[in-house]
Amino acid sequence: MKHYLKKFYAILIYLFLYAPILILIIFSFNASKSRGNWSGFSLHWYFELLQDRQILNALYNTMMIAVLSAVIATLIGTAAAIGIHNMKKLKKKVIMNLTYLPVVNPDIVTGLSLMILFVFINLRLGFLSLLLAHITFNIPYVILSVLPKLKQLDKHLYEAALDLGATPLEAYRKVILPEIMPGVVTGMLLAFTLSLDDFVISFFTTGSGVSTLSITVYSMARRGINPKINAISTILFLTVLLLLMIVNIRMSGNHSKKER
Amino acid sequence: MKNKWLTYPYLVWMLIFIFIPLLLVLFFSLTVRTPEGLAFSFENFQRFFEPIYLRVLLRSVYLALISTIICLVLGYPMAMILAGNNFKRKNVMVFLFVVPMWMNFLLRTYAWMTLLERQGLLNTFLSFLGLPPLNLLYTQEAVVLGMVYNFLPFMVLPIYSVLSKIDRQLIEAAADLGADQVTIFRRVIFPLSLPGVMSGITMVFMPAVTTFVISRLLGGGQFTLIGNLIEQQFLFVGDWHFGSAISMVMMVIILLSIGVLSRYDKEHEGGGLW
Repeated sequence: MKHYLKKFYAILIYLFLYAPILILIIFSFNASKSRGNWSGFSLHWYFELLQDRQILNALYNTMMIAVLSAVIATLIGTAAAIGIHNMKKLKKKVIMNLTYLPVVNPDIVTGLSLMILFVFINLRLGFLSLLLAHITFNIPYVILSVLPKLKQLDKHLYEAALDLGATPLEAYRKVILPEIMPGVVTGMLLAFTLSLDDFVISFFTTGSGVSTLSITVYSMARRGINPKINAISTILFLTVLLLLMIVNIRMSGNHSKKER
Repeated sequence: MKNKWLTYPYLVWMLIFIFIPLLLVLFFSLTVRTPEGLAFSFENFQRFFEPIYLRVLLRSVYLALISTIICLVLGYPMAMILAGNNFKRKNVMVFLFVVPMWMNFLLRTYAWMTLLERQGLLNTFLSFLGLPPLNLLYTQEAVVLGMVYNFLPFMVLPIYSVLSKIDRQLIEAAADLGADQVTIFRRVIFPLSLPGVMSGITMVFMPAVTTFVISRLLGGGQFTLIGNLIEQQFLFVGDWHFGSAISMVMMVIILLSIGVLSRYDKEHEGGGLW
């Protein structure tokens, strides 16, 4: 009896979590504009998306910013993680607290403070300001993904490479980097996903004419319901789900290696 | 290893894009525009404590608190079910709580718009039963519902992770010493799960109190929260000084509550993202 009660409760909670998303996805295939009645399967809204210049443009911006910000944040973040790892305890603590600041600070504050900076230095709000903002909030997540890998690393590996005649640069490129690569890739995927997902910071740091998918969705949703949003949602949901599964599999792979 | 220079690009980046911007917010919050230029003043903060703005702050805290309590009441039993279950699909069940956290919250909020609106599925269902349609969207309840829906996983996951680490032998020992189920929960399980509860509360309360999207989409702009106030000041009114002051107040509230709550939360020191 108690077991069934638990099961029933769990099902109710999962229904609460997933029913709205599922209904959103189902109605993206609805032939008519109605949100209450099903009038037949159709890919109509997806074709509409393909013809919407504004949405295609936003998609292009979103992808470009996600890829560029993930790559640049990974470069800066990985280098920083290696440096931080070799620091003395106190200095490390200070820098790690600085790293956590953008993670715990409300997005809205990060967004508007960056907007103030960009306006202050006379940078036109648009693609570049968006990219700089995305790199900024991505770097801490890369550092937090790479650092644990460095902690697992054998301290003497680097010295051994030097003893065997490698230059410091070679030692990093051929010994250290391959060892921490899983953390680097996870960090990059995480950065890519976060960039794809961001709305609040983008909303504050973009200017007229340049828009990402979430900004487009927000301005459409503010005006009311639009089945095209359902179609975008479905595509974004499936993309993030896929990325998340890859990250998750990679992370559980790392754990099993650690246990061995 | 001498490679401290590797952190320099990062430090310079953070200085320019995190530290200086926050200083600029502080600077704007402490100045006002006068005919002779900018002048130092506490006026912006004083203005925030006028009744209309104070009411916005109170409403934000109130709605965020209610949502946090509902999340706790709904989430704690769920976390217990997840932690207590020994069956095979446990990983999948936990993963199903992680997925919505990563789905764009804008879309999750929009999903409820389509359900609650006048011609939405819920009202269609009501009229199918022969009942009159209800005004569900653009109410305070819709805003709370949106917050609970968006942030429930943030409550369940930390509590689950603490519960699943509790030593089973402690519970058995308590039972051997004659404690009944209720006593075990009250005296053993619940106190041990407090760190998870605290970080859950932080993770729900924080985004709930700062949101401007949920209140805009599900409240229809009738229920201004502190986030909406900031958005308005920066993007429509153009009063950066007042907007910065509100942001500073909000930041202080958030950082204080994190500081207080994190004393219970030793688990996440290592930087658990999930």
